[in-house]
Amino acid sequence: MLQLVLFNLTNGLIVGTFYVLMALGLSLIINLSNVVNFAHGNFLAIGGYFAFVLTPFIGFWGALLVSPFLTAIMGYVIEKLVIRHVYARNHIYSLLLTFGLGFILQDVCRYIWGPSPLPLNIPAELSAAITPDLFFITWYRVFMVAIVAVAVAGLFAFLRYTRVGMRIRAGTLDLDTVSALGVNVSALRSYNFAVGSFLAGLAGVLAAGQLGLNPNMGDDLIMPSFIAIIVGGVGSLTGTLLGGLLIGVASALTTVFYPSAAEAVIYVIMALVLLIRPRGLLGEEGMLQ
Amino acid sequence: MSTVTTRADATVVRPWQQLVIIWALLLTVPFWLPLVGGYTAIAARVLVMALAAMGLNLLLGYTGVLSFGHAAYFGLGAYGAGLTLKYVAASTPLSILAGTLLGGIAGTLFGLLLVRRRGVYFAMVTIAFGQVCFYIAYKWDDFTGGYDGLRGFVRAPLDFGLFKIDITGNGMLFYYFVLVVFGLAVGLQALILKSPFGRTMLAIRENERRARFLGLPVEKHIWLSFSISCFFTALAGTLYALLNNFADPLGLNYIMSGNIVMIAVMGGMRTFWGPLVGAVLFVMLQDYVSSMTTNWMSFVGLVFVLVVLFFPRGLMGVLQKRSGA
Repeated sequence: MLQLVLFNLTNGLIVGTFYVLMALGLSLIINLSNVVNFAHGNFLAIGGYFAFVLTPFIGFWGALLVSPFLTAIMGYVIEKLVIRHVYARNHIYSLLLTFGLGFILQDVCRYIWGPSPLPLNIPAELSAAITPDLFFITWYRVFMVAIVAVAVAGLFAFLRYTRVGMRIRAGTLDLDTVSALGVNVSALRSYNFAVGSFLAGLAGVLAAGQLGLNPNMGDDLIMPSFIAIIVGGVGSLTGTLLGGLLIGVASALTTVFYPSAAEAVIYVIMALVLLIRPRGLLGEEGMLQ
Repeated sequence: MSTVTTRADATVVRPWQQLVIIWALLLTVPFWLPLVGGYTAIAARVLVMALAAMGLNLLLGYTGVLSFGHAAYFGLGAYGAGLTLKYVAASTPLSILAGTLLGGIAGTLFGLLLVRRRGVYFAMVTIAFGQVCFYIAYKWDDFTGGYDGLRGFVRAPLDFGLFKIDITGNGMLFYYFVLVVFGLAVGLQALILKSPFGRTMLAIRENERRARFLGLPVEKHIWLSFSISCFFTALAGTLYALLNNFADPLGLNYIMSGNIVMIAVMGGMRTFWGPLVGAVLFVMLQDYVSSMTTNWMSFVGLVFVLVVLFFPRGLMGVLQKRSGA
C-alpha cells in the first residue's frame, strides 16, 4: 500500500510539473495580453516533435536545449503574424483564433509525422530506476522534476531581475502606464508570448520522453492547466505553480482510492475554490476581472 | 467595443421583410433543398445548431458575456432526452422537457459560481465546467454508454389524443416538428429581448459600470441571462438527440462549445438571425469538407482564423453595416 501511495504521489508530482510548466506559460500570456492561448497544448506537441527530429543529430541533451527555443521562435512568429491583431478586440476573438490555430497545428503534426504515437529516445542512464525497491522511480522522473524546478526558478529570476522581465511584471499590473513610460508594448507582448511558448516547448520535450509523441498529446494537459490557473488565483504566477502541483498530486492520490474519479477530482477542487475563495488561492483582490 | 446598438431599422431590408424571407425559406425547405443537392436531415441539423447558437447569443451577443462551455448544456439536453426515452417513457415531449430541464438547471447552478468573474476568466471557468459534464458522460459507462455514446432509444410518435403524428421515420415530418419547436423558442427569445429584462441585458453589454451605477443588480442579470441561454441551448440539445437517435459524448466537449460560439460569430453575434445564418454556413462547410478530405481539422481551423481576422462582425453584421452606413 505504501508503495502504491508513493508511486502515485511521485506520479502526481510529475504530472503536476507538466501542468505547472503549461499553466505558467498560459498564465504569463493571460496576465499581460489577456489572451487565453487555446493552442498552448499544440505548442507543447510541436516542442516534442522538434525534439524528435533533432535527437538523431544532436542527441537528447541537445534537443532538450534547442527545441524549446525553436518553439519560442514559432510562438513569436505566430504572435506577430496573427495573434497581435486581436488584442484590441473583445476576448472572444482571441479564444476563437487560438482555438482555430490549435486545430491547424494539430493537423500539421498529423500530416508531417503521422497519426500514430512515436517514441522519443532518452539516454539509457536516464531510463534506469534509482533503486530496485523503488523500481517505478526512474532517473528520468527525478531529472524531469529537477529540470522543471530549474526552469521555474529561471522564469522567476527572469521576471525579477531582467529589464524585459520587470517590464512584463509592470505591464501585468498596468499596461497603459508602462506604455506611457515609453516601453514598446507590442514588442513586450511578443517577447512575453515567446517566453510562454518556450515553457510549452520544454514541457513538450519532457512529456515526449516520458509518454511518447502523438499529435494530440497536449489536449489532455490543457484543461488541467486552465484549472491550475483558476485554482491558483488570477494574476499570481506563484498561485499557478501551487495550483498545478496541488491538482497533480490530488488527482494522483485519488487514483489510489477511486481511479475513475481521478479526472473529476480536479474539477471538484476548482468548484470548491470558487465557492470558498473566489479569487483563487493566491489571487489578488481586484484582479478578479 | 462598438457603441452602436443593433438598430435593425437602419438596414435596407426591413425587419418584417427579413422575417418573411427567413420563414418562407424555412417553411419550404423540403421542396427546394433537394434541388440544390441537400437532404432534409441536414436542414434539421442546421435548425438545431442555430437554436443552440441563438441560445448562446442571448448571453454572448446581447449581454456581452462569453461562455465557451455551452456544449455542456447542449450535451446534457441530449443525454437528458436520450435517457428519458430509454429508461423512463417513450414520449417525445417528455424527453424534450426532461432534457431541457436537466441542461437548464445545471447551467443555472453553475451560473451561481460564475457570475462574479468577467472576461477571459468567465470563459475559462465555463470551459472547465463543460469538461466536468464531458467526463461524467465519458466515464459513467453503464448509464451513459461512455465513449460509444448513448444508443438504444428512438424518438416516439407525437400523440395528441385525437390523432397521432408519426415523426419517427419520416424526415420531412420531423423537420417540421423541429421547425415548430424552433419557431416557438425563437419567438420566446424575441419576447425576452423586447422585455425590460432584455433591455437591461443590452445596458449591461454596452456599459456594465454605468448599469451598476444606475443601481441595476448586474450579477443577478448576468446569472439570469446565463441560465436562460442554457435552457435554450439544452432544448437544442434534446432535438439533436431526437434527430440522431443518439447522444454523443463529443457533443459535450469543448470543441463543440467552440463550434457553437463560432456559429454565432460567423453569422453575426450582434444580430438576431445571425446564428441561423452562421449555422447554415457552418453545417454546410462541415458536411462538405469532411466528405472531401481527412484533413478537415485544418480547414475548420483556417475558417476560424480567417473569420476572426477578416469577418469579425459575421455575415449578417457585415450586411447590416454595409446597407446601414
